[in-house]
Amino acid sequence: MTGPRAGSRKPARRKASAPPRVIKVDALARVEGEGALYVRVKDNVVQDIKFRIFEPPRFFEAFLQGRYHAEAPDITARICGICPIAYIMGASHAMEDALGIETTAAIEQLRRILYCGEWIQSHVLHAAMLHAPDFLGLDDSLQLAKQNPDVVVDALRLKKLGNTLMEVIGGRAVHPVNTRVGGFYKAPTRSALTELLPELRWGLEAAARLARVFGGFDFPRFEDDYLCVSLHHPDIYAIDRGRLIDNRGLDIPIEAFPDHFEEQHVAHSNALHGVRKADSVPYLVGPIARYNNNFDQLSDNAKAVAADCGLPRVVRNPFQSILVRMVESFYAVEEVIRLVEIYQPPDPPAIEPVIGEGEGTGCTEAPRGVCWHRYALDDTGHITAAQIVPPTSQNQPRIERDLLGVVEASLQLEDEALKWRCEQAIRNYDPCISCATHFLTLTIDRE
Amino acid sequence: MRRPPLVIGIGHRLRQDDAIGPMVIDRLRATEPGGRMDLLELSGEGAALIEAWDGREAVVVIDAMRSGRPPGALVRLDAVVEPCPADTFRHSSHQFGLAAAIEMARVLGRLPRRLTVVGVEGERFGFGDGLTPAVADALKEAMALVCAAVTERP
Repeated sequence: MTGPRAGSRKPARRKASAPPRVIKVDALARVEGEGALYVRVKDNVVQDIKFRIFEPPRFFEAFLQGRYHAEAPDITARICGICPIAYIMGASHAMEDALGIETTAAIEQLRRILYCGEWIQSHVLHAAMLHAPDFLGLDDSLQLAKQNPDVVVDALRLKKLGNTLMEVIGGRAVHPVNTRVGGFYKAPTRSALTELLPELRWGLEAAARLARVFGGFDFPRFEDDYLCVSLHHPDIYAIDRGRLIDNRGLDIPIEAFPDHFEEQHVAHSNALHGVRKADSVPYLVGPIARYNNNFDQLSDNAKAVAADCGLPRVVRNPFQSILVRMVESFYAVEEVIRLVEIYQPPDPPAIEPVIGEGEGTGCTEAPRGVCWHRYALDDTGHITAAQIVPPTSQNQPRIERDLLGVVEASLQLEDEALKWRCEQAIRNYDPCISCATHFLTLTIDRE
Repeated sequence: MRRPPLVIGIGHRLRQDDAIGPMVIDRLRATEPGGRMDLLELSGEGAALIEAWDGREAVVVIDAMRSGRPPGALVRLDAVVEPCPADTFRHSSHQFGLAAAIEMARVLGRLPRRLTVVGVEGERFGFGDGLTPAVADALKEAMALVCAAVTERP
């Protein structure tokens, strides 16, 4: 499948003393939330690049203080309408850690099915409907539907399958209501899940098919040696639990995250910028980081899909994130099938907490990457402190670094084509900008 | 068995006039006898809309719009025969909202046989609940338009 290439135009001729060339994308389309990009180029050298986030800051960490611990999963889920499960799980795990709750294997298996549902609907929406048109020189998914309706039909049905899993287990697809600290209010019956098996088996084929179609795209040439940070579990592709690792040898418990990584304020964005603490180096979270760090834990079938669509063992080209999302979608469907086949409703559906003072940490792999929570509770179970580090704020410095590289490598493109390429590079990250702006402290420069 | 017409109210309850869709659904739930119509509240995300109306005979969508008309102005659109203006019904920066969903469903052959869109011009879409006066005044007439579209026969 090929289409008009954004970069196929003739390079523009420029005089040595040309005025600064400014590329502005004021309202970035096809990402969640509100963001903008500013690039300044003079004499064919990039002078300045800023990926701005101007969603109003969202003071979640502040207004969680004083709330009862059981409210945190439902409140933090409102940070995002695309990935509420990531927040529900991170907050629930943190509260269970603070209160010393040990859930059962059956509860954790049901949670993993639910989380896979979120991965499927989020990944497929982004890959097929929002990112794929970029590779085909198409303006949006409507053009894609005209050119290749089968892709869109498959994608819509696969996304629906993810939503259905969230509805059956979580009570509804957006902001589920059946989850709680300790587990679930009510466990779905075995038949409610097993009746989805035929559609899940179709979904496995569809995900592999989409991965192969996207594998035929022409990928812009750009590579970097990413510092990849993700959860890792020795036995299973880490989604809902594990230790934090990077591809340079780091291996730490999730509690140690703030010892190694920090969020910094920058003047041009409402979102904090995550960097490695020791040297302020940007790092990558999300599909490529997970794939690079946890390839061995993928199933054999998922590895075969990766090979089929042309993914190398270690991905260094961020534009290939669309392929990794489809490999992960395939894996998530396969994982749901495995877990549904052995599913027995957890009884009891939740473990009741014994209320007391404590501090707890939770960390899971949101579709866009590591989502880290920490809460402190007083002896009545109310929150005294909260800290949430969402994936997009961690990726933001990496997005800027990629943009710098992409712009430098693509300066021969005319402005419109370069703008297109920059937007495509931002969408490699599926940035969930509304998640990334929830910080507490405001820094105001006054002169 | 033939399913009754589906009414979809689109909007966000805490974004002022954007709540008009969900509020119409609330009113219909309170006043309509059961079985005459199915009622559904959605955010306006396009894929969910296509899913919701897939295979339906008759669907009515009620949503707030921003078209430059005076606040409270009402528009009725037969989406099966005319295109839905892309910028009138905003959803989010994802830009896969009502208009895109209608046009995509048209391309894919997944429009219901009858699809009526009722738009109410909003004035404010900031944080908070409560409609602005002009939009609140239009609520009754919007409901009448929805009910008329539901009872029409092709």
